Amino acid sequence: MDSVLVNENPIVYPKRKRHVRTDQSNTDEFSVEPIDQLDVFDHIRDIKDPEYPELSLEELNVITEESVEVDDEKSYVRITFTPTLPHCHVPNVLGLCIYAKLLQSLPRRFKIDVRVAPGSHVNEDAVNKKLSDKERMVAGLENPYLVALLN
Amino acid sequence: MVEPNQLTQHLETFVDITRSPTQQDDSLRRIASSLENDTLSINQLVREMEMYLTTTDDVVRARGILLLAEILNSLKQKPLDNAIVHSLIGFFTEKLADWRAVRGALVGCLALLKRKNVAGVDVLAIAKAMIQNVQVQSFALLERKLCFELLECLLQHHSEAIITMGNLLVYATCEAIDGEKDPQCLMVVFHLIELLAQLFPSPSGPVASDASDIFDSIACYFPLHFTHTKGDEASITREDLSRGLLRAFSSTPFFEPYAIPLLLEKLSSSLTVAKVDSLKCLKDCAMKYGVYRMKKHYGVLWSALKDEFYSSTGTQLSFALESLTSPGFEMNEIHREAVNLLQTLVNQDISFLGFVVDDIHINTVFDTISRHSQYKEMPDTSKLDVLVISQILSVSAKASVKSCNIIFQTVFFRLMNILGIVEIVSTGDVFPKGNSTVSTRLYHGGLHLCIELLRASKDLILDFEEYSPTPGCAQESWCSIVKSFSFPLIQVFTSAVRCSNNDCAEDVYFGVKGLLAMGMFWGGSSPLSRSEFEKILMTLTSIITAKSAKTVVWELALRALVCIGSFIDRYHDSDKVMSYMSIVVENLVSLASSSQCGLPYAMLLEATSEVCSTGPEHVEKMVQGFEEAFCSSLSDFYVTGNFKSIDNCSQLLKCLTNKLLPRVAEIDGLEKLLVHFAISMWNQIESCGVFSCDFNCREFVEAAMTSMGQVVGIALVESQNSIFQKAYSVISSSILPAMESIPLTFAALEGLQRDLSKRDELILSLFASVMIAASPAASIPDAKSLIHLFLVSLLKGYIPAAQALGSMVNKLSSGSGGTNISSDCSLEEACDIIFHADFALEKKISSNGSGPSGKIICASETTLSKICLGLCGSVDLQTRAITGLAWIGKGLLMRGDKRVNEIAQVLVECLKSSNRSGHALHPSAMKHSADAFFILMSDSEVCLNRKFHAVIRPLYKQWFFSSTVPILESLIMNSETPLSRTMLHVALAHVISNVPLTVILDNTKKLHPLILEGLSVLSVDSSEKETLFSLLLVLSGTLTDTKGQQSASDNAHIIIECLVKLTSYPYLMVVRETAIQCLVALLELPHRRIYPFRRKVLQAIVKALDDRKQRVRKEAIRCRQAWVSITT
Repeated sequence: MDSVLVNENPIVYPKRKRHVRTDQSNTDEFSVEPIDQLDVFDHIRDIKDPEYPELSLEELNVITEESVEVDDEKSYVRITFTPTLPHCHVPNVLGLCIYAKLLQSLPRRFKIDVRVAPGSHVNEDAVNKKLSDKERMVAGLENPYLVALLN
Repeated sequence: MVEPNQLTQHLETFVDITRSPTQQDDSLRRIASSLENDTLSINQLVREMEMYLTTTDDVVRARGILLLAEILNSLKQKPLDNAIVHSLIGFFTEKLADWRAVRGALVGCLALLKRKNVAGVDVLAIAKAMIQNVQVQSFALLERKLCFELLECLLQHHSEAIITMGNLLVYATCEAIDGEKDPQCLMVVFHLIELLAQLFPSPSGPVASDASDIFDSIACYFPLHFTHTKGDEASITREDLSRGLLRAFSSTPFFEPYAIPLLLEKLSSSLTVAKVDSLKCLKDCAMKYGVYRMKKHYGVLWSALKDEFYSSTGTQLSFALESLTSPGFEMNEIHREAVNLLQTLVNQDISFLGFVVDDIHINTVFDTISRHSQYKEMPDTSKLDVLVISQILSVSAKASVKSCNIIFQTVFFRLMNILGIVEIVSTGDVFPKGNSTVSTRLYHGGLHLCIELLRASKDLILDFEEYSPTPGCAQESWCSIVKSFSFPLIQVFTSAVRCSNNDCAEDVYFGVKGLLAMGMFWGGSSPLSRSEFEKILMTLTSIITAKSAKTVVWELALRALVCIGSFIDRYHDSDKVMSYMSIVVENLVSLASSSQCGLPYAMLLEATSEVCSTGPEHVEKMVQGFEEAFCSSLSDFYVTGNFKSIDNCSQLLKCLTNKLLPRVAEIDGLEKLLVHFAISMWNQIESCGVFSCDFNCREFVEAAMTSMGQVVGIALVESQNSIFQKAYSVISSSILPAMESIPLTFAALEGLQRDLSKRDELILSLFASVMIAASPAASIPDAKSLIHLFLVSLLKGYIPAAQALGSMVNKLSSGSGGTNISSDCSLEEACDIIFHADFALEKKISSNGSGPSGKIICASETTLSKICLGLCGSVDLQTRAITGLAWIGKGLLMRGDKRVNEIAQVLVECLKSSNRSGHALHPSAMKHSADAFFILMSDSEVCLNRKFHAVIRPLYKQWFFSSTVPILESLIMNSETPLSRTMLHVALAHVISNVPLTVILDNTKKLHPLILEGLSVLSVDSSEKETLFSLLLVLSGTLTDTKGQQSASDNAHIIIECLVKLTSYPYLMVVRETAIQCLVALLELPHRRIYPFRRKVLQAIVKALDDRKQRVRKEAIRCRQAWVSITT
């Protein structure tokens, strides 16, 4: 990995307040709480950026709650992330981190789709192509360096 | 006695630096103690030590001198001869010049200076040697500290001797402290400055002439920056240091020309700490330096202060309930200190007020006020103006009577003019304008300012009255100004409150706040007449009674009334107490008892209880009113059958229980009132006949039981006795005879139905609650018949009767008969009746007496147990008897009575699929006996607890646990049917989950297999989900404790198997959640024990990731991560 930082002093955004879920679930034992946007966002908000290990993706605005699309019934999740700079050189790693984390956290029935936000990166198409190559992604997960970033 | 060679040994030990500090301390202590008890004299010691004190070896000499000094230091209490002190001082003074031995010399001088008999010459000698030979800043920390302490001691205890040194002393001190950085030393340094200032107060003295130099040496520390939080440094905090520095700053007026400019400069810094410290210090300095010296700084001070007010005030004005009695905006520390400074300055010198009043901003604020009517419409700058100016004016007004007069004279007329209260002020006469104009000119800014001024003057009266006994404010001009405007002001506020538009919540808020401010003027010097005060109360009360829903204004008005009420009560204002009583309290209480008002009854009760809780007299009135209300509602219900009345009764009782009973310790005499209430409840019930209609009054009975129980619980024993008497007379005239006539025979008991009338049920329940709450010392009339009564009623299925019987056996004194005067029945007799109640079939038992085991009667042979075992009677009767037996058993268990074992035996017998006689048990009876173990072991809220004076033997749960678990365990091993096995497990789970965890942890090896089997048996269906959960909690407790982990490690495979199954338990979310948490906890076990199960756990967890509940999914993710990571 390239050790020279492209963006030495990134803008840090304030963390959003964590929603405290109203505990209505206790009243009905058998009601179903579907997996929703906030659920999925909670899984990935604390992933550390590969370039700035002390900052989370949320703080860098790489992902927001709105960048998560979930359909529990169709078992489909799509994450659209925005790299900090258009020529940021780790978008593949970012995408892989998000993918790996969701793979660990979501039930197996889910199809996970991670993409770079349109217009947010110079090599958008190339990155998206790499990210949709599942075999490549799974191979990437073997890298112990990545596993350390996830928690 | 110290032998000479022993002494030498000690000396050698101390001087030898290779020895350990403890050894050195020990030898020091031994020498000191032999001096203390005169086995060794100082002269001898010095002679013996000569070699050490004078040798040319620096190290040995230094240690030797230190030893002598430390010995003197530990002999503070022992008187020494003047000559000895003189010669020792001579020695140490000389050694001050010997820099290698200076530590010993300093310790020695300090120890000697602390003595009473030190001659002035000696002191002077020390001081001179100190000044000439000691270069303080060249020493290490410890020596520096000693130097400063020596100086401190000189200045503090020997000031008359060294005052002659004058300039030299001041100069030397300055030199010594210059550049000091250690916090502990600085604490002493700051004190040194203070002492110097006290020593030389004269304007021609050395401090006055050297003020600039002295100040320079301490000015560099301001504002104090110190970030060490805790730990080392002898726990000195930033606050300590900063307080010391402030005291040094304000120690002498000669610092004024240097200090004030410095402080003003630091005030303009952007650091909060600097601002706060500067403001604090300015306040102290202003008081110490005096008006004359401060005067020239007023202009600068005022503008700096004003800036601080502006920068520390937000524009957010709160309209919340809580801010009715505060200025209504958030205050930070800077703001509070600015307020203190302003108040001090105005209080000290009224001429400072000139700057405030003449300030251009204050004059322009009136234009701002009259430009915007609504607060929310104002631009932020105007909001800030209004808030800051109001705050400045009210703080200045609060400072003194004079300032209050000036502020009111200059501002109040203009304010009234803007608010449209007065037309022309030039003539001095005041003509309030008509109401029509008033309502159109509600300027929020003006109202806020006006309210703040009123509140300030109210506080002023209170301060004033505290200092002078005669009411003097009435003659002051501010008071007469308020007086002349009080009537129209009240009108303005009232009309604001009455505003009925939707968007005038703020009007209403200001109205209530204004009325509250007006209502809180104190006593004799109040500018309000009594009728005006009463008008305020009436307005507020009418708001409360007129509204039919809980609106903001209702809550505001209630809060305002409560504030006024507690204010009056706190300051004992007799006139106002009367008005408050007649207008507010009596009015609300009478409404509560007549229940003829538009307000919902619950709200009325809430208002009444809130208002009345402000003072003891009000509480008394309220309890009396409630009593009347209760009686009239209840009789109304009896006569007309009006459901609303009985509903009101329930609400009233609930209000009593929730609002008043918790405060019984705070309010004097409340106990008596409540007991009276309880007795009149009984009276009322007695006088009422049968219910005229069949109404399910469960709610009422429950409320009445709770109130009755709680009242009896808090009452003294004598009051309990009188309640008992009353209750007994009621019960004996109604149901007691009828019940007593039922003989305790199978034939009679089998035919029992729930056949009590509603009234009898009420009486029985109430009586039971009295019995449940009574203390063991209370005397129970006719206890034997009562036991009979409860016994019959519990067989009829009345649970409170069973609880009452349990409480009785818990509290009756043991011993045969007459040992306890308070009751005509002992525990033995009671048990006789309960267990042994003989009937025709069982004559032989009663004739046989107690059998081989002494007095203890075998319960399994008694009527009750036969019913329990289902030998006779219906299933219904059987289950009732089992539940009843459980409560009786609980009473016995808690006092540690052995008879509970017999009861447990009966209950266990009921759990077997078929008992000794081959009689098959009904499943519902088995279920009830399993649950009986829950009754026995769990803590109950309704009876047999500390609140209700239960007799509780320590460790009773542990005792029952250790005697029951083996029995249950062996029965489980041998159980014949699945049902019986399940029920035995339920019973065991109840016992295990209610015993303290430490007991479980001591027996995990034995219990783990049982718990795990229990978990798997109980998880079969949903009927025991709560029991399952509490058993699972016990398991998780054993997994997280180190004590349980050994056994958990041995049983890892079955534990994991069981937990994995529970992760998909469908009936209770918390079970799944806890099971997953337990799986995480298991990772604490040795790696080799758990690794084989990794695959299995992960498979289960992956399923849990798709759980229907979010909390379970969250735990599953955590668990999955933890288990995945054990690979590497």
